[in-house]
Amino acid sequence: MAEGKPRTLFDKIWDRHVVDRLPDGTCILYIDRHLVHEVTSPQAFEGLRLAGRPVRRPEATIAVVDHNVPTSDRRAGIAEPESRLQVETLERNVAAFGVPYIPLLDARQGIVHIIGPELGLSLPGMTIVCGDSHTSTHGAMGALAFGIGTSEVEHVLATQTLLQKPARNMLVEVGGRLAPGVTAKDLILAIIGRIGTAGGTGHVIEYAGEAIRALDMAGRMSVCNMSIEAGARAGLIAPDETTFAYIEGRPHAPQGAAFAQAVAEWRTLPSDPGAAYDRVVRLDGAEVVPMVTWGTSPEAVLPITGVVPDPASLADPEQRAQRARMLDYMGLTPGQKLTDLAIDVVFIGSCTNSRIEDIRAAAAVVRGRRVAPGVRALVVPGSGLVRQQAEAEGLDRVLLEAGFEWREPGCSMCLGMNPDKLTPGQRCASTSNRNFEGRQGPGGRTHLLSPAMAAAAAVSGHLADVREFA
Amino acid sequence: MDAFTSLTGIAAPLPLANIDTDKIIPARFLKTIKRSGLGVHLFDTLRFRPDGSENPDFVLNREPYRHAEILIAGENFGCGSSREHAPWALLDFGIRCVIAPSFADIFHTNCFKNGILPIALPADICALLMADARLGGNARLSVDLERQVILRPNGESVPFEIDPFRRHLLLHGLDDIGQTMQHAQHIEAFEQRRRTAEPWFPSIVIG
Ligand code: SF4
Repeated sequence: MAEGKPRTLFDKIWDRHVVDRLPDGTCILYIDRHLVHEVTSPQAFEGLRLAGRPVRRPEATIAVVDHNVPTSDRRAGIAEPESRLQVETLERNVAAFGVPYIPLLDARQGIVHIIGPELGLSLPGMTIVCGDSHTSTHGAMGALAFGIGTSEVEHVLATQTLLQKPARNMLVEVGGRLAPGVTAKDLILAIIGRIGTAGGTGHVIEYAGEAIRALDMAGRMSVCNMSIEAGARAGLIAPDETTFAYIEGRPHAPQGAAFAQAVAEWRTLPSDPGAAYDRVVRLDGAEVVPMVTWGTSPEAVLPITGVVPDPASLADPEQRAQRARMLDYMGLTPGQKLTDLAIDVVFIGSCTNSRIEDIRAAAAVVRGRRVAPGVRALVVPGSGLVRQQAEAEGLDRVLLEAGFEWREPGCSMCLGMNPDKLTPGQRCASTSNRNFEGRQGPGGRTHLLSPAMAAAAAVSGHLADVREFA
Repeated sequence: MDAFTSLTGIAAPLPLANIDTDKIIPARFLKTIKRSGLGVHLFDTLRFRPDGSENPDFVLNREPYRHAEILIAGENFGCGSSREHAPWALLDFGIRCVIAPSFADIFHTNCFKNGILPIALPADICALLMADARLGGNARLSVDLERQVILRPNGESVPFEIDPFRRHLLLHGLDDIGQTMQHAQHIEAFEQRRRTAEPWFPSIVIG
């Protein structure tokens, strides 16, 4: 790297973590934090065992169970034998390899991407990986965080490094301010609608601009979380006063003088003026409206005021066929108003939207209202600490009195590996991040939206524009 | 990992864009602690009807594609989750090579770790190979990683690009952890430097 050349936030984090550069440009990249969960790790630990290798830095690693765990009645244990085996296997592995672990019945247990920032484990300037694509969430801290496969999990466990080539830099700059009723979730859905699900492939997206700066950490995490839905492995937001205020005092963050020293270091991270990006996309935040997906790809998204699009409007026959397939799967007819779509289930949860701010937003819409007859509505907090906080604020009462289920933390109906699943044909308003066919249960139909919009749908019985609930 | 040098086999056409990892293998089949045996769940919702019977319209349920070793697919293949169960399921079914206009990043990396060769080619060339794959019993392609060419049934050869480091690992079936371990001294030195430069950097202890 030439002296004095302006660098991006990504370049700076990358340069600091390169252990070695191989002749073809592949780098051995040092990894500061490795988050581990039960689904993508068993084969990695097994690989270590077969090769007789230890975990190189257990103290840089943290394990938690989230994907398989029941969200009710968990003191009774896990009924489903395969889920139980995965959880027990993780427990055996962390014990055998000395990896720090947060057990199921610990108040700090939760979705891996919720607890990392919450506990102060994910910090600016770090490289953070996890065998999970939504590791991009931690980029909101100003860390380079990305998902890896199980072979790479094993590689990190064994060497604390990864073999990587630098990504390209993409800047998404959002000017202006979001309008009332419009959230970070609407913004990231609008961005994905604009650049497409492959738009960020090969890139790390840095989000910047007035609208991003104005977001709280929860909103920034929702944005970075869905970077992978735009094809980018990682999203990044430069750390600033909002970031430092969020981190200060968190249990695993540096404390006292060490914190001050760290902040001084973190202030050097933001992209230099004039740093070059391979691609730049600009949006006006003030123009974003509440969004909802209608299809089976996150890019199939429209303003809530829209209508189901007509495949016939597409020139390309393969695209036309693909869109017709989406409508068929989703049980939709071209021209239907999105606000006319009756829903069966509302899911408020997932690593995109299960923080305390999300639950507050949902409760604010629900307060004094009732879940519409025939609708099943679940709130699944992202962690035990989020759950405790919500209960301290009385939000659980508001939700329960309205007819919501108030559940224990985990991934839950985001991917239906535990008993929380859609049944075939059920239509769900969901705050999660993927609307793929069968994602929330075989045959289930997912509409992605913000927590406030999900709450509005729950009390309306159909998709609804939250701006009418003010 | 098995080495990949060359492969001649049936190519199956799967002309869909954005085939996500949930489609390659749904989450309910990830409850395994093994890598093997996932081929039966490959493309589960496309391959099987809700009652469990085979969907006769799906390409991999038809001859000769039941024996396909190569897939020709649409753009952004493998988007979605990081699950390595996706390449494990492909490999267990017998697929060693996927050709598409583009791949999602994590899936692309995961393929190499399992001896599967993902080849990205321009859409117009993929369209030619897709047409070849539709030739049924004659849908045989030869993929030569050494020479970086695909041989079409009409004898024409199509060159492809590939990352040289990954090509090297694949050709020799090398374990990349072993490769990185050769740099252990540098990792050690790096860690020492970091400890001095960023002493505030906390270790994780769960109390
Ligand atoms: S909440 Fe959903 S997207 Fe997030 S880690 Fe869990 S399964 Fe993955």
